[in-house]
Amino acid sequence: MSLLEIKDLTISFGGIMALSRVNLSVTEKSIMGIIGPNGSGKTTLFNCLTGIYHPDRGDVLFQGKSIRDLSPDRIAACGIARTFQNLRLFMNMSTLDNLLLGRHLRFNKNPLYPLFRIRKEEIRHREWVEGIIDFLDLQAYRSARVSDCPYGVQKRVELGRALALEPKLLLLDEPISGLTAEEKEESAYLITEIRGRFNMTILLVEHDLRIASRLSDTMVALYYGEKLAEGTPAEVKRNPEVIRAYLGDD
Amino acid sequence: MDLIESYKEELRLVRKFWTGFWIILLLFALILLPWYGKEHWVYILTLIFIFSIGVQGQNLLIGYTGQISFGQAGFLALGAFTFGHLVRMGAPVLISLLCAGLVAALFGLLVGFPSLRLKGPYLAIATLGFGIAVYQVFVNSEILSGGRMGLTVQKLPALFGLSQVNTYYYFNLLLATLFTLVSYNLISSFLGRAFIAIRDNDISAEAMGVNLTIYKLLAFAISSFYTGIQGGLYALLLGYLEPNMFTFLETISLFVAVIVGGLASVEGSILGAAFVILVPQVFSNAKHLVPVVFGVAIILILIFEPLGLSGRWLKIRLYLRMWPFR
Repeated sequence: MSLLEIKDLTISFGGIMALSRVNLSVTEKSIMGIIGPNGSGKTTLFNCLTGIYHPDRGDVLFQGKSIRDLSPDRIAACGIARTFQNLRLFMNMSTLDNLLLGRHLRFNKNPLYPLFRIRKEEIRHREWVEGIIDFLDLQAYRSARVSDCPYGVQKRVELGRALALEPKLLLLDEPISGLTAEEKEESAYLITEIRGRFNMTILLVEHDLRIASRLSDTMVALYYGEKLAEGTPAEVKRNPEVIRAYLGDD
Repeated sequence: MDLIESYKEELRLVRKFWTGFWIILLLFALILLPWYGKEHWVYILTLIFIFSIGVQGQNLLIGYTGQISFGQAGFLALGAFTFGHLVRMGAPVLISLLCAGLVAALFGLLVGFPSLRLKGPYLAIATLGFGIAVYQVFVNSEILSGGRMGLTVQKLPALFGLSQVNTYYYFNLLLATLFTLVSYNLISSFLGRAFIAIRDNDISAEAMGVNLTIYKLLAFAISSFYTGIQGGLYALLLGYLEPNMFTFLETISLFVAVIVGGLASVEGSILGAAFVILVPQVFSNAKHLVPVVFGVAIILILIFEPLGLSGRWLKIRLYLRMWPFR
C-alpha cells in the first residue's frame, strides 16, 4: 500500500521549472532513494512535501489525503518529519532541548502546566527522548549547546529531532554528506535501523551513490525537475539516461 | 556533591542548595529593607520592581522569541489608562490591574499580526508606528487622557499599619516576585522552548510542528500583558497620569534595559531594570546626560559583553567557583 502519492507535481520559480510533472508513489515501510545531479530538484521536492513551497500544479496525497495546501506545522502533525541539507538546528539550545522540541506536537499543551510549573509532561517526554539519545549515541552531548557540538554530532541531533516527532514518513536530505568515512557507515546503519525499530517509511536524498543504492529498496533519478528513471538501485544505475545525466554524452 | 538522580530533580526551579540559600537571603534582605534602609531607597527599589516586570515581558519577546517591538510605550499607556479609568469607576485594584494587562495583551495580539509577515527592521518600524499612534490618540482625546488636568488615580491606602511608601514597596515586591516566577516557569516549558525555536530557526521550528502564527502572537500577547501590568502599577504608584509620560523615550528605556541586562535572561531583565532606574538617580544633577549614558552603555555592552550584565554575572560566578584555580 502506498503511503505517499505524488501526482503531476509541478513548481517553477520564474522561468525555471524546478519540478515538472513528477509522479511518485512510496510504499509503506520502504526506503526510497532520490538521486540526481545538483539542481535537479531533489530538495525542492522535499520542500513541496513539507509545505515550505506550495506546488503550482499537481497534488500530494499522504495516506490518501491531500496535504498540498497545508502549512508546514500541519503537515508535521500529519506525520511527516524531515531533516535539512544545511543543518537547521536550534543552535542556542542544548541537544536535549532540540530533541524535546521535536516532541512539541505530542505535549499536552494545558496552559496551567507552564504557569504553575507542573512538570509531568516534561518528565514523560524526557523519558522518551532518552531512548533516542541512547539510540543515536548522544549521551555525551546531552546538555551541550548544539553550536558547540562537532558537525557529525549536529547531524545526528537533527536526525534525532526528526525521529522525536514519531513520524510515519521521514524525509532525509543528504543525511551522510560531509561526514567522515566511518561516520558514513555508522549513519547508513542507523538509517536501516530506524526503519526496523520505528516502523518508518524513509525518503532519502543522497549524493553518495554507493551508500544510497545499498540503503534503498527503490530509487528515483531526477534531472532538471523531471523524473528520469525509477526502479531498483541496480536498474537505475544502469539506465542509459541516468548515466548520460551524470557523465554527459560520450 | 550535586548529583542529580531523577528527571524531576533536574527540572526543579532551584537546583543547588547554595543558589536557594542566596535567593532566600536576598529575599530576606529585601523584605527587611524598610527597617534599615532610607525611605528614598525603598522608593527606588519599588520603581525597579515595577520596571523589572515590563523588562521581563520585553525580554520574552526580544530575547526569547526574537521578535522586535518598539511599541512598548503604547502598551504601557494602554495598561496605565485602563487601570486609571477602572479604578476611577470604583473597580478593585487587583481586578483593574488584571484588566490593564488583558487590554494591553489584546492590543499586543493586534500588533503581533504584522510580525507574521515582517521581520527585523520592518517589524521595528511597524511596532514603532503603533507606539506613536497610541500616544497621539491619548494626547488628542480628552475623554481618554483626562484632558489638560491629566487623570488622577486613587492611590493605595496604607495597609497593615505600614507607611504608604512601605505598602507600595511590599505590594510591588510581591508582584515582581510572582511575575519573575511565572517568567521562569514559562521559559522552561514547551512554550519557552517553542519561543526559542522560533528565534533560532523559524523554518525548522515550523517543520517540527510549531505553529508560527499562534506562538508569535502568543509571545506578543504575553509580552504586552507584562507591559500593561507595569503601566497599571506605574499609575497606581504615581497616582496621576498624562499622555506625556508615555513617549518614545519610555520604549527606549525598556529596550536599553533588555540589552544592558542581557538578552534571553530573566535575571538579566531585573539587572537591566535596576540599571535603567539607577542611572537617572546617579545623574540627578545632570539629567540631560541620561540618554547619552544609555547610548554609550548599549555600544559598550554590544562590543564587550553581548550577553549583558547577566553574561558578566555568569563569568564572575564561574571565576569564583574555580578560584583559586583558573
